[in-house]
Amino acid sequence: MGRLARYTRRAVLLGSAAVAGGVAFGYWQYRRELPNPLRPAPGQAVLNPYLIIDAEGITVIAPRAEMGQGNQSTLAALVAEELEVPWDAVRVLHGPPAQAYYNGALIAGHRTFRDGDAGVMQGLAEAAGEILPKMLGMQVTGGSTAVIDAFDKMRLAGASARETLKVAAARRLGLPVAALAAAGGAIRAPDGTVLGYGELAEEAARIEPVRGVALKPRAQWKLLGRSLPRTDMVAKCTGTAEFGADIRLPGMLFATVRMNPKLGGGMVSFDAGAAEAMPGVEAVLDLGDGIAVVARNTWLAFQAAEAVRIDWGEAPYPPATGRIMAEIARALDDRPNSVLQDVGDVEGALSGAAESGNATVIEAEYRVPYLAHATMEPMNGTALFVPGERLDIWCGTQAPLLARDKAAKIAGLKKDRVHVHVPFLGGGFGRRAEPDAALLAARVAVQLPGVPVKVMWSREEDMRHDFYRPAAIARMRGAVAGGRALALDAKIAAPSVSRQSMQRIAGFAPPGPDREHVAGAIDQPWAIPNYRIAGHLADVAVPVGFWRSVASSFNGFFHECFLDEMAHAAGRDPLEFRLELARAAHAPSAKLLETVARMSDWANKPAGTGRGVAMTWSFSTPVAEVVEVAESPDGIRITRAWVACDVGTALDPGNIRAQMQGGLIFGLSAAVSGEISFEGGEVEQFNFPDYDPLRMNTAPQIQVEVLENNHHIGGVGEPGTPPAAPALANALFDLTGRRARELPLSKTFDFAV
Amino acid sequence: MGFVISVNGRSHEVDLPGGVPLLWVLRDELGLVGTKYGCGVGACGACTVHVGGEAVRSCQMPLEEVAGPVTTIEGLGTPGTPAAIQRAWVEHQVAQCGYCQPGQIMQAAALLGENPAPSDAEIDAAMRGNLCRCGTYERIRAAIHAAARMMREG
Ligand code: FES
Ligand code: FES
Repeated sequence: MGRLARYTRRAVLLGSAAVAGGVAFGYWQYRRELPNPLRPAPGQAVLNPYLIIDAEGITVIAPRAEMGQGNQSTLAALVAEELEVPWDAVRVLHGPPAQAYYNGALIAGHRTFRDGDAGVMQGLAEAAGEILPKMLGMQVTGGSTAVIDAFDKMRLAGASARETLKVAAARRLGLPVAALAAAGGAIRAPDGTVLGYGELAEEAARIEPVRGVALKPRAQWKLLGRSLPRTDMVAKCTGTAEFGADIRLPGMLFATVRMNPKLGGGMVSFDAGAAEAMPGVEAVLDLGDGIAVVARNTWLAFQAAEAVRIDWGEAPYPPATGRIMAEIARALDDRPNSVLQDVGDVEGALSGAAESGNATVIEAEYRVPYLAHATMEPMNGTALFVPGERLDIWCGTQAPLLARDKAAKIAGLKKDRVHVHVPFLGGGFGRRAEPDAALLAARVAVQLPGVPVKVMWSREEDMRHDFYRPAAIARMRGAVAGGRALALDAKIAAPSVSRQSMQRIAGFAPPGPDREHVAGAIDQPWAIPNYRIAGHLADVAVPVGFWRSVASSFNGFFHECFLDEMAHAAGRDPLEFRLELARAAHAPSAKLLETVARMSDWANKPAGTGRGVAMTWSFSTPVAEVVEVAESPDGIRITRAWVACDVGTALDPGNIRAQMQGGLIFGLSAAVSGEISFEGGEVEQFNFPDYDPLRMNTAPQIQVEVLENNHHIGGVGEPGTPPAAPALANALFDLTGRRARELPLSKTFDFAV
Repeated sequence: MGFVISVNGRSHEVDLPGGVPLLWVLRDELGLVGTKYGCGVGACGACTVHVGGEAVRSCQMPLEEVAGPVTTIEGLGTPGTPAAIQRAWVEHQVAQCGYCQPGQIMQAAALLGENPAPSDAEIDAAMRGNLCRCGTYERIRAAIHAAARMMREG
């Protein structure tokens, strides 16, 4: 059977209760009752559409994009733990886009160290304001929320299914349910009878699902809390894992696009004469704001696309980096969009300190550039359009519902006629939360009715058509006296990711304070008596988006470098200085600093090295990092790094360690050399030589410890990133005495390559 | 016209211009999509395959210059019968998104073919052309050491 037939069948099956002799637990019930997804009644066990049992075994629907974070494995383990099935019997599918798979944690927002305080947990719900109802359909992978969202939902789905299977077995055997036990993928009776789940599935499908099942206490966990082999590992090590770029359909053509590099500008005209005459070229399509070349293979399409002569319209933003940064700096003089943290009397403390002879006041301005995601797999999408009937899209997307709804408009179809299939993502980091690659594929397919077409972007097209991490500028002021922090005042300006993103999703941006813009700066676990964070929004039309850890990526840098400056101004060791501030605010966070101090043997720094420390709370997880640098004949090397995080409950410690390593490397890569700059309205970077991340020989050796003192589960995909840049910059200061206040650090220091 | 190349022990006749890079012949013509496109300019290593036993960037090798038998990740081992190096990769749970890993594994396999017991520095030197945006370098290094041990001990 062809792939299309296979996917079609799968989509149909998942939409109904019975699955070819099996059962999709909960789906029908969910559709019938539609309980309020935000506030399920206390104690109510809500079954969710997470599980298919058929004669072949157990398939868990993990409705979040697998882009490397290992979330699909952990989500499957949540179901498997309660269902009582062996780990190697579990298969995982992403499943179809559906409202039922809304991301409740993304809507609810994240936890701060003041757990339970009113008014500090509103997150996106606050940002979204009155359009929240529109957002309820969000099936989004992002914000390090997958496991937080699923922790109860998916365990309950497993527990309810287990108990329902018991009822089915009890009826068949004429025994009371209490006499039966579930273990190893089967129901076991006292007389030794064993009924496999597969044998019972059909019967169970006809029974009202059992509810109100108590979840296992942690002490009884067999899978959770252990480092499990990932369900996708063998496929990913044998080249058999299917990414979006790998989709192949019978009769498929290969296409690429060239869109205006002056981002958001239109297309005046184009001349495809030369391109159309090139070998293997089937068509050059007018997309209005760009062109697509359809060819016999991808490389021929790339070549022909280069040969199209295009006259582009102008960009809707200042054409060069200098003017863009001036625009952002100007926002610092406007009234702030938010002052979400204003503790004590900052102005009074600063002016008092300036007048007193015993206090020191310091000021500094910090800057960071735009950044690209540069996922390892360039953007792509594959689509097949049957006019008036259906549109199928295969795309590694973090937001399949959004892609579906917008593609339906493009194709002139009802939403339920659009089917989005989500294969593995070759990296996401927030880039694939934007539906643009799926929609471009749809736009090309609509012009080629009945012909499956894969639209592969070149690396250059990908690098130059991103939704970038915004550039940002911060003005910091601080006061110290008697070796202690008196005051910290931060004004942070950047274009707003949430506003731009909401504008794209919903057509307008919500007014009011933008909490995400100051995340990583507000609600940090430091007991500074006078402490104010103001957010200023700059209006620059360069497309910006969610980049691993979003605004915490720059706010962590601003805050933690400046806290280091304050420590030095106070004549204190930067780790000791922080420890004192953290102990008075939040004991588990202080514990992280103690942990990295022990791991790195902070007090006994080897000669010829520099050490820096930083700690940022983001996505409900505080992370402390120490980075070590050393001089070498070839330049400065980043030699070692130590990471301690507190995730509350570590569901898969091995995977969490991998995410912390990856998050650190992602942050260090950007800090060392990451920069997207503009000239003539166009991004100046094209490919990895111009935007080169850390490599095996330039990456540090990393040790990670995972702590569990927090009372909530924290995210793991993003929180490792924010402390990386400041820990490195602080280490470079320690090594050289030079304080870099601008990224990338390669502007100030010579690194070994 | 037409070129004949041998891939994973099978011979294929390919009717394409000689300038088409081996990468796209493998992926689009032969359907061997385990070999990945990352940059197209020799800067990332995602497209690494073996030609005549040597690791090469298939995005930089035109079809007309392919002068030996080609081995891709699909030819190294399968999910049912993985090569030792692939078993080491699984044991160390190396992959995150996994997109760079076929290239990493092919590069590492070539290294171990030449040097059965590489040091950390030798691993760094051999692997520096292979980017991993997910930051799996630490586990890659561990897996290479483990694979070297497995291969030495048979
Ligand atoms: S695709 Fe060949 S080196 Fe990047
Ligand atoms: S595992 Fe994602 S790029 Fe290497």
